[in-house]
Amino acid sequence: MTIGIVVFPGSNCDRDVRWAMEGCLGRPTRFLWHEERDLSGLEAVVLPGGFSYGDYLRCGAIARFAPVLQEVLSFAERGGPVLGICNGFQVLTELGLLPGALTRNEKLHFLCEPSRLEVQPGHCRWLGGYDACESITLPIAHGEGRYQVEPERLKQLEDQGCVVLRYADNPNGSVGNVAGLTNAGGNVLGLMPHPERACDPVTGGIDGRRLLEAVGS
Amino acid sequence: MPSPAASASFSLPEALRKEGLSQADYDEIVRRLGREPNRAELGMFGVMWSEHCCYRNSRPLLSQFPTTGPRVLVGPGENAGVVDLGEGQRLAFKIESHNHPSAVEPFQGAATGVGGILRDIFTMGARPIALLNALRFGPLEDERNVGLMEGVVAGIAHYGNCVGVPTVGGEVAFDPSYSGNPLVNAMALGLMETEEIVCSGAEGVGYPVVYVGSTTGRDGMGGASFASAELTAASLDDRPAVQVGDPFLEKGLIEACLEAFQSGDVVAAQDMGAAGLTCSCSEMAAKGGLGIELDLDRVPARESGMTAYEFLLSESQERMLFVVKPGRQQALMERFTRWGLQAAEVGRVLEENVVRVLQHGSVAAEVPASALADDTPINHHTLISEPPAAIQAHWRWSEAQLPQATQAGITPVNGALAGQSLGWGAVLLQLLDDPTIASKRWVFRQYDHQVQANTVVLPGGADAAVVRLRPQRGEGAMQAASRGVAAVVDCPNRWVALDPERGGMAAVAEAARNLSCVGAEPLAVTDNLNFPSPETPTGYWQLALACRGLSAACSALETPVTGGNVSLYNETRLPDGQMQPIHPTPVVGMVGLVSDLALVRGLAWRQAGDAIWLLGVPLDATASSTTTASPTASEPDERVSLAGSSYLERIHGAVTGRPPLIDLQLEKRVQAFLRQAIAEGLVASAHDLSDGGLAVALAEACIASGLGAALELPAGALRPDRLLFAEGGARVLVSIAAAHAAAWQQALDQAAAAGAAIPAQCLGAVQAGAQAPASLTLSRGGATLLSLPVDDLREAFEQAIPRRLGQAVPPSA
Repeated sequence: MTIGIVVFPGSNCDRDVRWAMEGCLGRPTRFLWHEERDLSGLEAVVLPGGFSYGDYLRCGAIARFAPVLQEVLSFAERGGPVLGICNGFQVLTELGLLPGALTRNEKLHFLCEPSRLEVQPGHCRWLGGYDACESITLPIAHGEGRYQVEPERLKQLEDQGCVVLRYADNPNGSVGNVAGLTNAGGNVLGLMPHPERACDPVTGGIDGRRLLEAVGS
Repeated sequence: MPSPAASASFSLPEALRKEGLSQADYDEIVRRLGREPNRAELGMFGVMWSEHCCYRNSRPLLSQFPTTGPRVLVGPGENAGVVDLGEGQRLAFKIESHNHPSAVEPFQGAATGVGGILRDIFTMGARPIALLNALRFGPLEDERNVGLMEGVVAGIAHYGNCVGVPTVGGEVAFDPSYSGNPLVNAMALGLMETEEIVCSGAEGVGYPVVYVGSTTGRDGMGGASFASAELTAASLDDRPAVQVGDPFLEKGLIEACLEAFQSGDVVAAQDMGAAGLTCSCSEMAAKGGLGIELDLDRVPARESGMTAYEFLLSESQERMLFVVKPGRQQALMERFTRWGLQAAEVGRVLEENVVRVLQHGSVAAEVPASALADDTPINHHTLISEPPAAIQAHWRWSEAQLPQATQAGITPVNGALAGQSLGWGAVLLQLLDDPTIASKRWVFRQYDHQVQANTVVLPGGADAAVVRLRPQRGEGAMQAASRGVAAVVDCPNRWVALDPERGGMAAVAEAARNLSCVGAEPLAVTDNLNFPSPETPTGYWQLALACRGLSAACSALETPVTGGNVSLYNETRLPDGQMQPIHPTPVVGMVGLVSDLALVRGLAWRQAGDAIWLLGVPLDATASSTTTASPTASEPDERVSLAGSSYLERIHGAVTGRPPLIDLQLEKRVQAFLRQAIAEGLVASAHDLSDGGLAVALAEACIASGLGAALELPAGALRPDRLLFAEGGARVLVSIAAAHAAAWQQALDQAAAAGAAIPAQCLGAVQAGAQAPASLTLSRGGATLLSLPVDDLREAFEQAIPRRLGQAVPPSA
């Protein structure tokens, strides 16, 4: 089954996701140009990292109006698996598929480095390959990854088991050390770390493999 | 065609001053044109005859560089050099400076420096696969320098991260001479995606000329002339000469250009960097031996009411000019509009060798292309026959002038540490805390160094960056390539300041040594000559001798120069009116080929018990090569020295002495031996000795691995600080696993038998911290010189820069 990878003009991890999915894991993929509307035959959709439309207004703020995303929205609402990585996570919050928002890192700097995470897979379909409380390392690379949500809503998300990835050493000031969130249905996952950068032993660890292998097999 | 319109009258002296032209230049312009130029034409000459565009001071010196070799496909003169990597792969690479813009507007100055060097690469038909940068700042104790560094690093990060090209390596050094005049050199590498290398010479009379990319505005007016003058307090008023970059637009431009080149419809391409439309038109016309007619009314403009002068001199970013096959322009322009970019047919190729500029239906400027671009003026300078007196005074310094050093330590008499009794451990911690030596994690964690999924070595992990040669598009994109390219930028600026010829040689030697340490074969060089004004006798002497050193080393190490950049007048006028020149800084960017990524070595120790060897000039070498003679009987080997060392500066407060003699034949032999040993899988880790000598190199290998080391240094009469901290000598630290010890010894024996003996010393072994925490211990004659826990080494090394910025960094994961 084919995995769709959304391509905005400013996406820059689209080919990396393809390399991880197809080159490393042998899953067929198809690029979805932001003006397309045809999601037929897709098992899952990935929103990759990058800067969608340049993100001069607010990360992901313009991307949400892209024709392809209207289709992704209904795909997700029908229970289709959707993964948003980095800028893709920002787009998912702008689309309203996940609550909260991602703002400038606490210390303002862009950060690119390995990050230790704790996984609480719960009902998330993308994290079925991980054990509860498992510690993994995935690279982060973002300037606006500080997760923000009201305290009551965070509590609610935690109670519902939606906070599925937390930083062991919070690098960006995210509330509740949130690194990744799923929705109530468990089919949507948004995360700031890059699982596609942890699939190829030549360039780093392989802790991201099980995440990208979770659907479409 | 009628003669170009005379512009409104202007003051000639004022205009010449603004364009950086002399009266002699003006007379020559009049001679070439056979008439007086109008204002727009004068502006065109101003930028084209600036140092930035035509190397008017440095050209006679650059001609001595070796520029050809079996792998060189494109040498100097095009947008970038191109080398053949074999297996059908070709690499384009180039370095460029953005020093002056970064001094007045660090964020945009550095960002557009990255944008500009990327355009040089993809204009050739190559997809950018990696960025590196060489940066210089004044000391971080000064708030202004902190602001400049914050801005420059954020600017590089902003552009590189957004455009999706990994910043995989670089170097950062600090010296008071860079206060107010930081250096920002960006290097880019690209993998050719097109059959034909796209060149810039116009072809095809009557062929359409197409403009693509961003719009033209008033930003960056006269940036090339601005970049070719020294900085003063008034330079801050030149902020409009700094361009504003849009990496998002450039990302689309990369994709659209590479698509366009693959279509075969583009016959020539030139990016609009320095001097914008003027430079691109005249270069394309001059190189093709043809002419170009350009209609400014059809150029996409950002603002209304721009004069011809403003259009021609604008350095708005993310713009390119193409010559296109007739009838193909419409399809080509649609590729660009799909990416949200501007595209317009703005002119045509002429048979006559002129650049003719039309505006509002009349000729606004008309200049023979050859008059602008060929036989440009040269500023002749006289090379002084003796080194300047100040340099000769430095060269008289000797190690005997240092205070007495004992087994326990030393008490400096000069500098910030004067009077303090320092043990050798304390000295090492001081050096690790030197921002030039310390970890640059604060810098590189702000750069996306992994995008494109080909980064094999993370910054700080090895002596050179290594990127896998996996194409981003086409058949090879989904195949795991086993080859890679390694790249490095280097310049020992303190040495160049004290001896430009040796310093220039050392820059090339160290770059090649760094590549060899990861197992890469050095291929070719791109150089960025950052110098003060060449108009002083010392300034020109520095430039001339550094070029001589670079040239000698590039010849000896068989790494031809395929292009580069010259940035002169890097000096600041101090409030008291004195000029403060920078350390002359010829940055060498070098690329190398990695045949098997599985064999790439890092600098970190791999395993406890591995033997630690030193290759290159031995620790106890003396001029007469006897090891135990008394100090009066033999002078120390001149190829290794504390003169001009980090130790001398940081501990004794002195930047003096004559840097070590560079033995290029030894370099070549040691490097070739090392590469062969790595290729045979004998080497566990490799790290060259650079700033801070042996002790710092050992500390770095310990910090990177978390493992300790214990070494016994040779006894004898040499000073302990010379053993620990002397620099030079083509030296490399390697660790060898027990399983390979015999093969390693055999390789050394074979080299000696073949008449190419490699000086090598086994000094000790890697140690695990089994009971106690891992530590680095150095002893001599059975007594300890220094012993420090690796955690203490790491703390000093990691926190040196953040501590000075008041920003602690969490420990590395």
